[in-house]
Amino acid sequence: MPLDPALAGRSYPPAPPYQVGREKIREFATAIGAADPVHHDVDAARALGHLDLVAPPTFAIVISGASLHQVYGDPELALDFSRVVHGDQRFVHTRPIHAGDEIVCVHHVEEITVRGGHSFLTTRSALRTASGEPVADAYAKLVVRGED
Amino acid sequence: MEHLPTRTFRVTRADLVRYAGAAGDFNPIHWSDRVAASVGLPGVIAHGMLTMALAGRAVTAWVGRADAVAEYGVRFARPVVVPDDPEGAVLTVDGVRRPADAAGLTRVDLTVSCAGEKVLAQARALVRWPVETGDQG
Repeated sequence: MPLDPALAGRSYPPAPPYQVGREKIREFATAIGAADPVHHDVDAARALGHLDLVAPPTFAIVISGASLHQVYGDPELALDFSRVVHGDQRFVHTRPIHAGDEIVCVHHVEEITVRGGHSFLTTRSALRTASGEPVADAYAKLVVRGED
Repeated sequence: MEHLPTRTFRVTRADLVRYAGAAGDFNPIHWSDRVAASVGLPGVIAHGMLTMALAGRAVTAWVGRADAVAEYGVRFARPVVVPDDPEGAVLTVDGVRRPADAAGLTRVDLTVSCAGEKVLAQARALVRWPVETGDQG
């Protein structure tokens, strides 16, 4: 069944804070082969004016992904995950994510469109510090294939 | 407009397992041929987010700074099939650097392909490209 476009605009409660750890940044950077010292060496990161290790540009997916089940499991959306493919992904950074950040993620349904039997769901995950300072927005578009 | 040097990235099954753990994305289409086949894929495919991250490494390498990316977006055009062998799959990443805008942000347009087929579309980043002093090693 196609997604209901009337559900666009809905927001979810702030997810539990995500504590960005040095070892997680190092692990993620290693997994993508990013050897730049700003991801691994605190002194190198500080020499470039950062408070602590800097996460690679796509690291926000780890934080948003930790709580996106709020959206994907929304019974009113009723996403059939066997028909879902990741269509687009975009990150807009106010500043890089650092080790030591405590990030609160709020998920929003930006847009739902239905074309040719397929549904397109765009979510925006707003990453903010616990005190509300904006860090990044992660936009994901999922394609839900229609019934064959 | 400046064409940036081509960069290539090899992706093996071991890389997929490592990325799955680091990113917390355990979808079995990224590690099980059986599950991949059951949903009509030719084999295990790379996480789209891994492909995006590797292309992002090309961007930060071109810029010379790993903390300079302000915005980065892609469309996943085609899956990257990763065979269960030491060669895996190879991504080729090309980029074009546009002139900086009024806000000082430089757009980099990316072309990302695997085995001659485009795997990312509309891939572009906005970066704070450091001012070149001409004497950087």
